[in-house]
Amino acid sequence: MNLRHAKIACFFAALIPPLLLGWRAIHGGLGANPIEVVTHSTGQWTIIFLLLTLSVTPLRRLARQYWLIGLRRMVGLFAFFYATLHFATYVWLDKFFDVHEIVKDIYKRPFITVGFAAFTLLVPLALSSTAWSIRKLGGKNWQRLHRLIYLSAILGVIHFIWLVKADKRQPCAYGFVLTVLLSYRVWMWFSTRKERQLAGPAPRPAGLGRI
Amino acid sequence: MLIRDSSDIASSEITPKETFLSRRTFLAGAGLAGAAALTGVALRNLADPAITVSANAKIEGIQKSSFSTNEQQTPYNDVSHYNNFYEFSTDKYEPADLAKNLKTRPWTVVIDGEVKKKLVLDVDAITKMASPEERIYRHRCVEGWSIVVPWVGYSLNNLIKRCDPTSKAKYVEFTTLLDPKQMPGQRINVLKWPYVEGLRMDEAMHPLALLCFGMYGEVLPNQDGAPLRVVLPWKYGFKSAKSIVRIRFTRDQPYNTWQQSAPAEYGFYANVNPNVDHPRWSQAKERRLGEFLKRPTLMFNGYDQVSGLYSGMDLKKNY
Repeated sequence: MNLRHAKIACFFAALIPPLLLGWRAIHGGLGANPIEVVTHSTGQWTIIFLLLTLSVTPLRRLARQYWLIGLRRMVGLFAFFYATLHFATYVWLDKFFDVHEIVKDIYKRPFITVGFAAFTLLVPLALSSTAWSIRKLGGKNWQRLHRLIYLSAILGVIHFIWLVKADKRQPCAYGFVLTVLLSYRVWMWFSTRKERQLAGPAPRPAGLGRI
Repeated sequence: MLIRDSSDIASSEITPKETFLSRRTFLAGAGLAGAAALTGVALRNLADPAITVSANAKIEGIQKSSFSTNEQQTPYNDVSHYNNFYEFSTDKYEPADLAKNLKTRPWTVVIDGEVKKKLVLDVDAITKMASPEERIYRHRCVEGWSIVVPWVGYSLNNLIKRCDPTSKAKYVEFTTLLDPKQMPGQRINVLKWPYVEGLRMDEAMHPLALLCFGMYGEVLPNQDGAPLRVVLPWKYGFKSAKSIVRIRFTRDQPYNTWQQSAPAEYGFYANVNPNVDHPRWSQAKERRLGEFLKRPTLMFNGYDQVSGLYSGMDLKKNY
């Protein structure tokens, strides 16, 4: 399977949840409180796709499946897609475009504050997902900017933990997976730093011997 | 079907660990497997609209009640398939199925504490103590949704009068069945089991307080609190204890389960009050199941006749 096929498969697989949700909505299968189901479902899929996005780097290194990087942008954009659906559900179905109430909510309710922050942080990442942006920003800067996904995912999980009434098992499971995925980054950072140190200081350009 | 199967794929198939996992990479692998498993769970939830309709025994001789609202009733299927009943599951869609095997007969209720004589009553004796009434009540959950349910029962004060509480009885405490074998939710300590709720004596004596054993003209389905529960329409739903095995009269205010769980969020009184927010969300509006737009929440859930019980009390403090 080449990357093109993988991308097509990934694209359609990522659309299954909203299609199923839509199918259930049409057939009255969303139960007694459909709006709650849509809100929770889009929120959960946002976190799942954030975690999937963060899984790409460890997976391609550990499994030596380096081609996986070709899927990351799409998976990440789907995380944004679900976050947008989730936010739209809140703005439209929950608050019915009552801006005053939404602003009050964001200001007053910590779980909404962090959820809104997590969503807001994803906006620049989605906007700068094009090849043009990478060129314009330069690889290093682009990478720095896109580390915001770590913060967004952390805030997303906190948003979920703070919203639950008593049973925190599910948000904590997401939190555990996120911790593992972020620990991998920390571990990689330390181990490559060690390697850099072992290799000695980078060769200096001539003429800068003493400052 | 394809989707349902995906949750059955072992995590080892998704990440063939033998082929690449070394010891130092185990943790990262565990994280990926976790992500895959969570994806599977979420997918299964999406594809699972299980709906069943149970036919319970009809209750004979039900009288009408002037306490009933003429608002549109929530469909039976919603009231019986959307249940906050943590003894079975914290997922509101699961008690309908998980409560199927609850044995509601024989069922006895212990009545003790500040009473002249401790009683052990059979539930069938209790339901026959007064003639059953249909009470169509609004029911408001602390989470912000509401339903209209035609409950069947009689005023709790009929039972209390027969219990002969002493003059020291200032409160009534209700205890739900504790049986993790029948109630799988109790195998996990999301709350401190058994579930305990309570009322001040004058609240319990108020005619609106209903001792309930049926709904929609039939015996209560298990997931709605069979065989015996209370219904307190002016309070948030969690105050209305379900599957009661013990009624205890006390001198001191009962320490109800949700208050134990989060004292800053759930108090003893838990009166429906649009002016006092839950610390994490507003209580000003509610979603009536079946309606698209939220409606404003009413003080005491619209049951103004109870306001006298709280005159002079600061309801912001006594939430």
